[in-house]
Amino acid sequence: MKNSAEVVIIGGGVVGCAIAYNLAKMGCKDVVVLEKEYLTSGATGRCGAGIRQQWGTEMNCRLSKASMDTFEQLNEMLDYPVDIELKQDGYLILAYEEKEIEQFKKNIDLQNRLGIASKLITPPEAQEIVPHLNPEGLLGAAFCGRDGHANPFHVTQAYADAARRLGVKIYTYTECQDIEMKGDKITGVITNRGRINTDKVVNAAGGYSDLIGNMVGLDLPVYSERHQIMVTEPVNPLQGPMVISFYHHFYCQQVPHGAFIMGQGDPNEPRGHNIGHSWQFLQELSQKIGRTFPVLRQLRIVRQWSGLYNMTPDSQPILCEVPEVPGFFLAIGFSGHGFMIAPMTGTVLAEMILGKELSMPVEKLDLGRFDRGELVLEPSVV
Amino acid sequence: MKDDIILCFCEDLTREEIRTAIKNGARTFDELKRLIRCGMGACQGKTCEDMIQREIMDITGQKRDELPLPRRRPPSVGISIDDAGRGDADEE
Repeated sequence: MKNSAEVVIIGGGVVGCAIAYNLAKMGCKDVVVLEKEYLTSGATGRCGAGIRQQWGTEMNCRLSKASMDTFEQLNEMLDYPVDIELKQDGYLILAYEEKEIEQFKKNIDLQNRLGIASKLITPPEAQEIVPHLNPEGLLGAAFCGRDGHANPFHVTQAYADAARRLGVKIYTYTECQDIEMKGDKITGVITNRGRINTDKVVNAAGGYSDLIGNMVGLDLPVYSERHQIMVTEPVNPLQGPMVISFYHHFYCQQVPHGAFIMGQGDPNEPRGHNIGHSWQFLQELSQKIGRTFPVLRQLRIVRQWSGLYNMTPDSQPILCEVPEVPGFFLAIGFSGHGFMIAPMTGTVLAEMILGKELSMPVEKLDLGRFDRGELVLEPSVV
Repeated sequence: MKDDIILCFCEDLTREEIRTAIKNGARTFDELKRLIRCGMGACQGKTCEDMIQREIMDITGQKRDELPLPRRRPPSVGISIDDAGRGDADEE
């Protein structure tokens, strides 16, 4: 293992690998990625694999739109031989209450202004797009046909392989145990395999970013929350878009491989790092799916699992250098949508670390916003 | 054993495809799974796991007691969304 590096990135998920690739591409090749298990073993490999641009805050919209532009070219850009399984059959977001319709109208205004082609549609129009949808109680829906799906394992592997070819060292089964400091300056990272000399560390540790923050004496305004998810056996193509409902707290999509992946948010889920599973989840979500898509009732569930959302108070990520700890960068708090905005996050963080002009201003996503009280709440999280 | 025999029946993966992924760096069953989907099908690895673990041991030199087992998750056999939603057996 190398004993020094210009930049050490903690976390071998899609965000860490995307930052590493972008650093190397911009000429900074002396980069190490530390992953305590294997690539995508954390939140990336447990996520619902959806990529959407229909968000309710300017920054989430901008990051997701720019990331979708990149996803569309990712296979060629990273010269990755396996298909990343990009599918763009849209996201259909169901509204069951008038106040949801009002919120969607606001979101769509914002999205359209930022160049995202979303629209409000009627229940019959929604049924044309998803014929097996039960329209009972449905008031309308938001739809963007360019949203969709990509395979998180392959996207991460694509970034990791491209980063390695440019000289980045990725150490799996290598855990960051402490960060050494002299005054407010970082001097090194201690791992279970030895010490690495560095003065720049990137916290891309997903659900464990709070623990990495503690290592430099920070109490970061993030917490982790288990989200459960399940998958069925594969069947012939039936459902184009990802369908989500904030009212019922669920999402459901058919991936290109044929399986249906679906999950739900539990408003009563306690904070913590638990990634266990519960039968209550299986039962509750199955009831919702059975009601909303009666034809799916006969599908067999083959697995349930869970992963961590790393939440912030406004459900937007924190992307910045910490003023109190120069050289300590944050790419954390993705609040359940880190995968879909990883490509642009990788670009912006690499530019920030190298002191370059940012291709997208992200100062609104700094750490200080929580103290200043300048929060713009993201209303559209499942 | 021939290289073109299928080891993972659910996902139609040959021994050669599995060995190639191990040679490309996958050191555990859970890593292989994320790269080539072995063990992600209807049987969730119950048919192929032991054969695939042997290929991992053969190529990486890890011993059986060093090799982590894949994480088990419910349901232990596939169940329909209808049955799962109906819930407790004693309610029937």
